[in-house]
Amino acid sequence: MSAATHSLRRRDTVEGWLFIAPALFGFLLFMVYPILASSAISLFDWNLTGKPAFSGLRNYRALWGDEVFRISLLNTCKWVVVYVPVSIVASLVLALAMDMPIRGIIGFRTIFYLPVVSPVLVVALLFVWLYNSEFGLFNYLLSLAGLEPVGWLTNPRISIFSVAAMYMWKDAGYNMLIILAALQGIPRQLYEAAELDGVTGLRKLLYIKLPLLTPAFYYVIIVSVIYAFQVFTEIYIMTNGGPGYSTHTIAYYLWVNAFRYGKMGYACAQAMVLFVLIMGVTLVQDRLLGRKVQYDL
Amino acid sequence: MKNKRSKTALSLTYAFLVFVAAVDLIPFFWMILSSFKPLAEIFVFPPKLLPSAWAFSNYRSAWRAGGLNFTRMFGNSMLVAIPFTLGCIVTSSLAAFSFARIRFRGSELVFMCLIASMMIPVSVTMIPTFLLFRNLRLIDTLYPLIARGFFGQAFVIFLMRQFYMTLPKELDDAAFVDGYSRLRIWWKIIMPLSKPILATVIIFVFQQVYNDFQNPLIYINSTAKFTVQLGLASFRGLYATRYDLLMAASVFTLVPILALYLSAQKYFVEGIAMTGLKG
Repeated sequence: MSAATHSLRRRDTVEGWLFIAPALFGFLLFMVYPILASSAISLFDWNLTGKPAFSGLRNYRALWGDEVFRISLLNTCKWVVVYVPVSIVASLVLALAMDMPIRGIIGFRTIFYLPVVSPVLVVALLFVWLYNSEFGLFNYLLSLAGLEPVGWLTNPRISIFSVAAMYMWKDAGYNMLIILAALQGIPRQLYEAAELDGVTGLRKLLYIKLPLLTPAFYYVIIVSVIYAFQVFTEIYIMTNGGPGYSTHTIAYYLWVNAFRYGKMGYACAQAMVLFVLIMGVTLVQDRLLGRKVQYDL
Repeated sequence: MKNKRSKTALSLTYAFLVFVAAVDLIPFFWMILSSFKPLAEIFVFPPKLLPSAWAFSNYRSAWRAGGLNFTRMFGNSMLVAIPFTLGCIVTSSLAAFSFARIRFRGSELVFMCLIASMMIPVSVTMIPTFLLFRNLRLIDTLYPLIARGFFGQAFVIFLMRQFYMTLPKELDDAAFVDGYSRLRIWWKIIMPLSKPILATVIIFVFQQVYNDFQNPLIYINSTAKFTVQLGLASFRGLYATRYDLLMAASVFTLVPILALYLSAQKYFVEGIAMTGLKG
């Protein structure tokens, strides 16, 4: 009997590992190996054509003094600090509205999700056209209100926010859906009980809905922040990092270094900084928002 | 009194939702209208809402402009997206099956590693992966774009595992008694029951690959191997100010994914809702 259980358990182990083998191999090859390789390459001076020359921490020291890297980092932070909260509040308001007893919810949902499924490239090109300072729709609307035209993508002081606004337009539906799903998962009896106790309106929102939405917020915030560290396509298409360096983000600058200048070692050093930064920020968020999320339900 | 208040609240809600819907839709309408305008009417201020003559020829010009050929680029996109999606679904499903229904030591740890890997941005892994494919002499082929599909994807594994955990365990036990192998249980019993989740993940993966721009940008150089997204970007490089053609090309880049979305909307939405509810 015990021998039979033993062999069954062994079969489980063998088959269990076999079934996850492709995914595990992919994880090792496309996640673990690249991170290790990045950290190794970051210690070399290497421009693809020549031989890599060991340079120790020189790439990191160079990063420290690199003005453009500092600007890129700052722009990425601007994106995180402005885009993430604004977009999440907007998505929350939208989700709360969708949770009302309204008709046509499927129609609204279809529309709100349209920008999310659209290719980012198509949306970015469309916004380049809408933002056009002479013939674009936005400046036309401003002119109707008697306002001066705005250089949405040409004014270095607002260009990063114009790109972020485009992304908010594209992404709001995604966050909305996640928050809405969580809202609709709140048992209705809770509301009824609260109403019996005279809890309505704003207090219902503050004391029942928001606390129960914490796991959804946790997910949405973590994903938005991680996303913010990888903003690339929007920048590449809409501004090419310009005007000046006003829309350089870390992911964009890294790409430029690797694939335009061929500075692989330098780009890998940036990748490592980015990696550590994301780990750090995610851990801090994890602490702040608490371990409210469980993957085993 | 209370009734009246909730009625105003409801009207305000409708007004708000209609406003947001308009904000979402107007750019799309603008894209479509621009795509039908003769060039002269693109560059007028104030802009005209409707084209005076509908320039359907924009679409014909955009399809084969500047040595690009959208027929071929759509073909390339499908050559990448279809095998990627199939490979990804099979390998992810196998892994999810194992995580959800086979007990063995190390399973939890590997699963947590996979989940954690979702937060590693592409930028961090991009360069060594590029060098890997370069050493294999696969740059400027479609293989680097497809290969990853055959090694599962953490998010898809996660979604499928959640679903498999809801199926009764007795199914496996009964099949074991009948002498089914694990592989056969997966294929004959679990897969047929997973149709709802399959639709969700197939659409999710397909749209992600079709919409991808950064990977084709890194790996593909020659026009003959362009995907649609890459073609649209290079089209823009050639005709930076031809917004008429650019918008027409954007419309037909958008149409396949839009058609898929509108016909299988339920599954798009379900997949997303699941991530929110469960993690």
